[in-house]
Amino acid sequence: MERKVLLETQDLRKTFEIRGRGTLTAVGGVNLKLHAGETLGLVGESGCGKTTLGRTLVKLYRPDSGRILFEGKDIWTQNRKENLHYHKDVQMIYQDPYASLDPLSVVSTSIGEGLDIHGLYRGRERRERILELLQMVGLNREHANRFPHEFSGGQRQRIGIARALAVEPRVLVCDEPISALDVSIQAQIINLLMRLQQETGMAYLFITHDLSMVKAISDRIAVMYLGSIVEMAGAETLYARHCHPYTEALLSAIPIPDPEVEAKRKRILLRGDIPSPVNLGKGCPFAGRCPRADAKCHDSCPELREVEKGHFAACHRV
Amino acid sequence: MTEHILDVRDLAVSFFTYAGEVQAVRGITWHLDRHETVALVGESGCGKSVTIQTVMGLLQSPPGRVTGGSIHFEGLDMLKLTPRELRSIQGNRMSMIFQDPLSYLNPTMRVGEQIAESYRLHHRVNRREAQAKVREMMELISFPEPERNMRAFPHQLSGGMRQRIMVAMALICSPGILFADEPTTALDVTIQAQIIELMNELKEKLDTSIVLITHDLGVVANMAERIYVMYAGKIVERGSAADIFYRPRHPYTWGLLQSVPRLDARQDRVFRYIPGTPPDLLNPPAGCPFAARCPYACRACAAYMPEETDFENAHACRCWLYHEGAEELRKKAEADWKEQGKEVGSHGEEGAS
Amino acid sequence: MQIIQRNRLDFTPLSPDELSGEEMVRPETTYFRDVWRNLKKRKTAIASLVILALLVFMVLFGPMMNSYNYYSNDYSAANQGPSGEHWFGTDTLGRDLWTRVWVGGRVSLLIAILATIIPYAIGMLIGGVSGYFGGKIDMLIMRIIDVLMGIPSLIYDILLIMVLGSGSISTLVLAFTITGWLGSARTTRGLVLQLKEREFVMASTTLGASPMRIILRHLLPNTLGIIVVGMTMTIPSVIFAEAFLSFIGLGITPPNPSWGQLIKEASEVFKQYPYRFIIPCIFVGLTMLCFNLLGDGLRDALDPRLRS
Repeated sequence: MERKVLLETQDLRKTFEIRGRGTLTAVGGVNLKLHAGETLGLVGESGCGKTTLGRTLVKLYRPDSGRILFEGKDIWTQNRKENLHYHKDVQMIYQDPYASLDPLSVVSTSIGEGLDIHGLYRGRERRERILELLQMVGLNREHANRFPHEFSGGQRQRIGIARALAVEPRVLVCDEPISALDVSIQAQIINLLMRLQQETGMAYLFITHDLSMVKAISDRIAVMYLGSIVEMAGAETLYARHCHPYTEALLSAIPIPDPEVEAKRKRILLRGDIPSPVNLGKGCPFAGRCPRADAKCHDSCPELREVEKGHFAACHRV
Repeated sequence: MTEHILDVRDLAVSFFTYAGEVQAVRGITWHLDRHETVALVGESGCGKSVTIQTVMGLLQSPPGRVTGGSIHFEGLDMLKLTPRELRSIQGNRMSMIFQDPLSYLNPTMRVGEQIAESYRLHHRVNRREAQAKVREMMELISFPEPERNMRAFPHQLSGGMRQRIMVAMALICSPGILFADEPTTALDVTIQAQIIELMNELKEKLDTSIVLITHDLGVVANMAERIYVMYAGKIVERGSAADIFYRPRHPYTWGLLQSVPRLDARQDRVFRYIPGTPPDLLNPPAGCPFAARCPYACRACAAYMPEETDFENAHACRCWLYHEGAEELRKKAEADWKEQGKEVGSHGEEGAS
Repeated sequence: MQIIQRNRLDFTPLSPDELSGEEMVRPETTYFRDVWRNLKKRKTAIASLVILALLVFMVLFGPMMNSYNYYSNDYSAANQGPSGEHWFGTDTLGRDLWTRVWVGGRVSLLIAILATIIPYAIGMLIGGVSGYFGGKIDMLIMRIIDVLMGIPSLIYDILLIMVLGSGSISTLVLAFTITGWLGSARTTRGLVLQLKEREFVMASTTLGASPMRIILRHLLPNTLGIIVVGMTMTIPSVIFAEAFLSFIGLGITPPNPSWGQLIKEASEVFKQYPYRFIIPCIFVGLTMLCFNLLGDGLRDALDPRLRS
């Protein structure tokens, strides 16, 4: 079970200045470990900072403080060559299949870009490799010379996956890869990702708001709320023995496609809305909506503590 | 038959684009009774949104055009109304909430005014009476700080609040029917739960019927009493919620139910899924539109659109599997479905909190 | 309603071949072939293109069609109207106008095209860099552009021509280049600012692409559609500006003709010999119109969202 830690964040913090309004804390001190070959689900609602965290991991954003370690090395102190190597090892697939492909590049050019940048294959081999990648993601050879606008959303997502796969990454950050797709297509893409993981042994950081999907595919799940991880545990543990009130509310809010179960369920309805991550106070970020909050919760922010082996929660009341 | 508040028969809608005629809705028959919630379920492009836009009289024309069928709302032939008569119904006796509230709210108008607008349009009331009604509505939807928020502009409110405003706008005239087009898709789960709760509650209080349009089977399971499953402009299966969820008959419905992961299911990394993509409605296939993706497709499916087969309790489905000639195939298909049901562990209640 | 013979239904399972009818077979295509296919559907654009091609052809080969050259004076044949001998007539010095119009067109079109492409290329690069990097570089470049734009371009043109001396094509192109890149830099920067937030640019970044690669491979090509339209719309204004400079005596110097030069000469004797004024005006007008219409057509053909 103990696998090598590939990617690790240490007290990672990323904020954005919003003119005239203050500081938006997108990621506020996150500690995560991603092991080789595992799937870590990162769940949260909109504005919780999960996408920013993912983008910081692939070096699209530079963190304000804290470190990101890849195989024990800080990725922001790398030299040019190591940096290029990091971009090969850690890849990302994106949410919007319509925005994530260059509309002017045919499929083979999009997929081949990584090969060209890293000088992996040339000439005939390059062509062969692209065709092989197309087949790996369930597309045909004939698709290689077409433009993105000729494809459906699901097919575009496959192209995006092939592009990431081309450089043989060891970590794939999946940023809501299925939320823009239809139900029947979602399952296709998930199955594809699962098959590819078996074939290549990649580790996934799977960012999503869809808890039922993430539960089905993840080894571990981290729940994020307003920039912090509030609970993290193995997928089954999180579902069966969650202890953070936010996780509880989140799980109870998800509708289950079964009328009888739905009729019997009791929902914990959270009052109010997700607060804005601008100018966060000192207390627990969830205190304002938490049914169990007391004075201490408004005063100090709880640390992530281990409640049982491999199960962490950040709550004063646990 | 006359009790149906809404009765849609053989409705066909096409869009005439420069590429040709896109047959978005291809002859569908459905109805809505008083006090009930009916769901039209299907994936994007199946024609569900076009259907209710047509019923509401909101179809963009051109390029859209009703090419056949009829729509009766409380005995009125909706397709023969004058624009003026139509306007007196829209927003008053039937109204609609949309997926993306921000684009349907006027950004330069205070939300209180916007809620009042349709009420003042359809009832001869003065500003003060309208304001009182708005206040009453805000209370009904348990809007926080109604006095202050009535004077807010849409961009000052969060997504969930905006959707509440939309609900209030839609329901202020106590319409007979509320159409909800993906009302919760753009919302976060905890907010989605609030809105679903709100709609269920208001349906009771205001005596409204709801037509729910969504692809989210979880939301359907929570709200709908009857379900129409749509695929490529056709209704492929219809029945009570229990029939559709527990005794589905159409291979597409099977596929759809198996494609969604369930929070209460055992961990299972591989999902059943439907291969391929829906057909292009520019040139819809002659036979069953699902044939190309169906594991049980046979020659008949490719050649002819199946007729409707009725089961007990107004449960019906359009599939050749239920023709007497296809018995062998049907047995195989049904065995597969039962087998998979066990695998996925449906109806399991492990630890649902 | 189709009539189904229920007892004749065939319930043998379909083979995969019978199923795969939905896949559309498309020929291999490149981006520019695709654009061309779309442009071909637009009649006005194609008509404009044909007229422009004809003009280019005439500009190149028109002077060879008769035995006159553009500079030889022939006082015996001065101020003739169009005739079988001199198709467009002659000017005050007896020079053949047919030849002079086409040779002048050569100069005008060459200036127009060079003085559009060069400043646009420079502007796109500067705008692309400015938009992509943002921050201080962007601030600096934008302020420079603001200042330069505040002064009417004609003043630069006149000053520069006075310094460098009028008369040559290269001087005119240089003068137009110095002011011409400002607009395209601004447009490109605006487009790049929108584009760089798109996920395909992020994807390229995460693949390790260098900033220059991203700008040249992804950002600039995606602005090209709008830029090309801008270019085709700029060409007419350059033709006009050249005509204007020649008209006020700062453009091409005699005996070399350009359309502007011809119009200037003719304007002095417009009342007596209107054909000498009208003929070059027709060509200037026609060229400007065709480029504008072509620009319109190109904009539609280049927009992937409008294609299907």
